[in-house]
Amino acid sequence: MSIATNSATTGAAEPHMFWRRFRRNRPAMASAAVLVLIALAALLAPAFEAMLGVDATRVDLFNQYAPPDATHWLGTDEAGRDVFVRLLYGGRISLLVGLVAALGAATIGTAIGLLAGYYGGRLDTLLMRTTDGVIALPLLPLLIVLAAVDLEKLGVPGAVANSELASLYRIVFIIALVGWTTVARLVRAGTLSIRAREFVRSAEAMGARPSVIMLRHILPNVVSPIIVATTLSIGVVILLESVLSFLGLGIQPPIPSWGNMLTNAQELATRAPALAVGPGAVIFVTVMAFNFLGDGLQDALDPRATRR
Amino acid sequence: MLAFLTRRLFGMALVLAIMSFVVFMLIGLMPGDPIDIMIASNPDLTPADGERLKRLHGLDLPLWERYANWLGRVLNGDLGFSRTYNRPVLEILLPRLGNTLILLGLSSIVAILIAIPLGVIAATRPQSTLDGAINLFCFAGISVPPFWLALVFILLFAVTLGWLPAGGMGGPDAGLFVRVEFLILPVATLTIASLAGYTRFARAAMIEVLRQDYIRTARAKGLGSGRTVFGHGLRNAMLPLTTIIALDFGTLFSGALITETMFGYLGMGKLIYDSILGNDFNLALVGLLLATLVVLIGNFLADMAYAVLDPRISFKSLEAA
Repeated sequence: MSIATNSATTGAAEPHMFWRRFRRNRPAMASAAVLVLIALAALLAPAFEAMLGVDATRVDLFNQYAPPDATHWLGTDEAGRDVFVRLLYGGRISLLVGLVAALGAATIGTAIGLLAGYYGGRLDTLLMRTTDGVIALPLLPLLIVLAAVDLEKLGVPGAVANSELASLYRIVFIIALVGWTTVARLVRAGTLSIRAREFVRSAEAMGARPSVIMLRHILPNVVSPIIVATTLSIGVVILLESVLSFLGLGIQPPIPSWGNMLTNAQELATRAPALAVGPGAVIFVTVMAFNFLGDGLQDALDPRATRR
Repeated sequence: MLAFLTRRLFGMALVLAIMSFVVFMLIGLMPGDPIDIMIASNPDLTPADGERLKRLHGLDLPLWERYANWLGRVLNGDLGFSRTYNRPVLEILLPRLGNTLILLGLSSIVAILIAIPLGVIAATRPQSTLDGAINLFCFAGISVPPFWLALVFILLFAVTLGWLPAGGMGGPDAGLFVRVEFLILPVATLTIASLAGYTRFARAAMIEVLRQDYIRTARAKGLGSGRTVFGHGLRNAMLPLTTIIALDFGTLFSGALITETMFGYLGMGKLIYDSILGNDFNLALVGLLLATLVVLIGNFLADMAYAVLDPRISFKSLEAA
């Protein structure tokens, strides 16, 4: 998914101007509120667990498919576990994966974009052709292969490879590994135009090292498109994580994630259709909120760009 | 023209070569060796037999040597066999490729036919209520998890209403009507996944074009609004749109994998997924490469279309790019 950002060259607008413009964007404000609510609820998962007197991990085969009531706000699933509390715990994982993987991808993309844009020439050609190549690939099948790789054969110690959290680290790593292309392109475009400005020239003339020029002089001026693209990509990452987890290749049970909570939903379509509603709706709302937020940030950070 | 073609073909071959190497190495890192699986499923085989079989198939060699052997065979036209189907991989892949192309083709066409009018409507009335509604629809479309959308469609149209089949393809002897029935939900799912993106691009491209001087000129000389928008505007907006749609082919293929898996549609995406899970490594490898090739050809055709559609762009300028 590519993200339309018209001018990659403007730096962050002045804070109060930014806030004034952002505040007027009602969908973006509403999205920010929704995201804060979802994140808070996810953080408070243990509190809800204690308050309702349920246990997110306890299997209760005498209470499968219970309808919603005062204890089980969204009922119970095929193993008798409370759906609401599991959704909150799943939210922790899905939001964490979204944030960390998007930040990781943005870091890789920024590094590649800065190097390509600043040095130009052959390095630029090599890096940008690689970017084009990665963009053109059918990513999902490739991610499935990456998700199926045996970590022990890669030399990862068995204790780490078989630990509960291995699937979490792995998914963050592989999504960051393929998700950097948009940021790389935007940062390169920004770097190309900033590189020619006087302050960069003068820094060069005074003998500043390339790393200083890139990090101190160019990076702060291309930060707006990075923020926008990263916000939008959190949504994309959450979608990818949910798809992989749904297919059984992402976050592994017993850790709940919004995606793997839907793994059995298809077989249970006739038995318990309600189980498919909750996790899917939360993913939908969260991703939509990140998209509106990214859109609002773009308008507020870069008012000269056309609204797309 | 010839130089452009050679360059592009060379580039495609390079991407395929790198892809085959990377995927081969990754597959070598997957759990379960084909021979180990064979031993596990056949109690008559001793570990010594296993060693002999590994040597026979060259599986005792280091990974890069196995890749060199595989590449040598492929370049001689031998793509190898599928472990689970016991048939040459191409024999299995080609019919599946056909099915996937039907799915991709149909949903692209439907998506474009809906996206262009929506984009034009939104672009000619920017900031109106209608524009807002279309915008909201687009945001929903890019935010909905495609597998969940498929699930909701199944729950709604197959389980609750019973109007359409929940999955499958209707069997080999199904008539055209039955086949179409089985195609409706997969095509709808895949269409919605790409429709939203296309509409946003169509809107952006149209807004860009409608600001140009020649549009103002057309309006000033009294040309009707419809002819201005469609004759002058859309024709020019189609250019960036063509590229974006074709560059989106990789994403579309990923969407096809999800859709096919959800609806039990016998296409390439589902085949690749099943073969990875079923440790059918050669089938997965060749399938992935074929999928990559299809996507690369799609991108290539987009560049060609660009040059054909836009008289300002010659193959010379594409060569320089």
